[in-house]
Amino acid sequence: MDTLLSLLHGFSVAFEPSKLLFCLVGVFLGTAVGVLPGIGPALTVALLLPVTFKLDPAGSLIMFAGIYYGGMYGGSTTAILLNAPGESASLATALEGSKMAKAGRGGPALATSAIGSFVAGLIATIGLAFLAPWLVEVAVKFGPWDYFALMIVAFVTVSATFGDSPLRGLTSLFLGIALGLIGIDKLTGQARLTFGVPELLNGIEVTTLAVGLFAVGEAFYVASKRFRDPEEIIPIKGSLWMTKEDWKRSWAPWLRGTAFGFPIGALPAGGAEVPTFLSYSTEKKLCKYPGEFGKGAIEGVAGPEAANNASAAGTLVPLLTLGLPTSATAAIMLAGFQQYGLNPGPLLFAEKPDLVWGLIASLFIANVMLVILNLPLVGLWVRLLAIPQPWLYAGILVFATMGTLAVNGSPVELTMLFAFGFMGYLMRRYDYPVAPMVVGLILGPMAEAQLRRALQISLGDPMILLENPISATLLGIAALALIAPFAMKGLNQFKANED
Amino acid sequence: MTNETRARGADKPALIVGVLLLAVAFLVGYDAAQQTIVSTYGIGPTAMPYVVATGLVILGLAHFVTAFRGGLPQPEAADTGALLWIAGGLVGLIGCIALGGGFVIAIALLFSCTARGMGRRAFAVDVAIGFGLGLAIFLTFAKLLTLILPSGPLERLFL
Repeated sequence: MDTLLSLLHGFSVAFEPSKLLFCLVGVFLGTAVGVLPGIGPALTVALLLPVTFKLDPAGSLIMFAGIYYGGMYGGSTTAILLNAPGESASLATALEGSKMAKAGRGGPALATSAIGSFVAGLIATIGLAFLAPWLVEVAVKFGPWDYFALMIVAFVTVSATFGDSPLRGLTSLFLGIALGLIGIDKLTGQARLTFGVPELLNGIEVTTLAVGLFAVGEAFYVASKRFRDPEEIIPIKGSLWMTKEDWKRSWAPWLRGTAFGFPIGALPAGGAEVPTFLSYSTEKKLCKYPGEFGKGAIEGVAGPEAANNASAAGTLVPLLTLGLPTSATAAIMLAGFQQYGLNPGPLLFAEKPDLVWGLIASLFIANVMLVILNLPLVGLWVRLLAIPQPWLYAGILVFATMGTLAVNGSPVELTMLFAFGFMGYLMRRYDYPVAPMVVGLILGPMAEAQLRRALQISLGDPMILLENPISATLLGIAALALIAPFAMKGLNQFKANED
Repeated sequence: MTNETRARGADKPALIVGVLLLAVAFLVGYDAAQQTIVSTYGIGPTAMPYVVATGLVILGLAHFVTAFRGGLPQPEAADTGALLWIAGGLVGLIGCIALGGGFVIAIALLFSCTARGMGRRAFAVDVAIGFGLGLAIFLTFAKLLTLILPSGPLERLFL
């Protein structure tokens, strides 16, 4: 009952005209940026973060929710029409979606992905609304040792499940944690790794790292191999609408995709990659027309898309209740929260209920807006895909530097952006995942603070981590997750099976 | 995906990454060793750096092992010219901001150089587009968001 009341209150916040406007602008911008090839939701949020810089916290977070969902919608449009998934979570969508588009069924593919996202987003957001308060009550009892153990779990799963190689994932993660050390130590005031550069005293900005790695790195990467055959846009032929048959074949995959996406997304293991592929292979098995798979089966778009969106809402559960980002997008959203001095976690629910529930309510609204706005507007988004590549990436770089300049326009910051961009390029080139680095930068200092707090309480005895059942269990899970991929090449094999 | 791996000999990129990781580990460890403030109880600000440095050493050594066991994925040939144009554009932007040339000129530089790097040949047109884009962004930020981007002589005309 409390949840319903809180949610109703949230809607009363989110239905203020100005908040609705922010949400609308967010959905619009998010879709427009997310639809650009090579740009996933994480980058969309990172690029648009500075735009919300001057708004009030509630308004900008609501705009954020819109950007987040809009970016995901835009990403699947690109995956279907261009066969260029902006991130690994839309890989599964691209498999069948682009085949459907080639067969002249791009319209229904987009429709089932949009409506599937809507259904999944709706159910998952309800899940979020009911799970969050419960988890908050659990989280209140968490000691610093438990938080530390939770972060170790997130570290391991983020770096071992993103990308193909745990070694490269862990390398990316550790470099991120090392970057997180830079700046003044919050507990003692000791400057670390600043080398006398005053700009480094405040540490590395998450947005600078994210925009550098994702946007600038991507631009370098695309430029470096521009002689390869350019991606072709597949024109949408025929009707945009789904036939009765399409509806009949879509609704069950939507629900199953949601059932995969939300719980897995809500785990500290996080990630949308696993549920989307799980959903894809399940639909492949259950499909009544197995011959169509690989040639454009609508189930193969409906399921993974629903799973993708549901897991996105799922990642908000640990983010809002524990302050624990489990994906790159969530890490950047956390940076957005911190920009306003807000720290997600149990306290935020108690201190700023307006804001949290307003945000959750606006997730519902953003979802509705997406479906109403974006299906009719799909022609406009397709035209965005037709921007010549040189202008497109030049524009992306302009936006990337604009964001950095708006927040902190020092040449040192810009040089870091450039350096991170080049690093992002090299990482892409040698197939190192970039997301763990962002997660490492943001979670590293948090994990350190929790560990030191735990050890202060225990007077320096590290056994406190193993004496508490919750932290001991979590550390056990982390150890398992770390060893498992080396032992049986877990996800690699799993992925190989999908192709 | 470029996942073909090399069959024999040491993989040079993997070796380089290994060396770089060791270098970063040394830097982190050295910096921690130089620190003067220690915590009175619990663990101090140097503990985490040592943990990170240790982790980086292990990862660096693991890269050496990888170098002899297949190495990193082989990338495709890169278009160095394109990379240099974009890098040049970014350096131009940083220089322009550092020297007080202002946002609009910096953006025009970045836009045109990037477009050139990605294969456009109409440099003058792109400079003009970049200029217009920069001006539009500057004015939007200044008037709508009341946020003043770095200004040079040109921007001051509009303020």
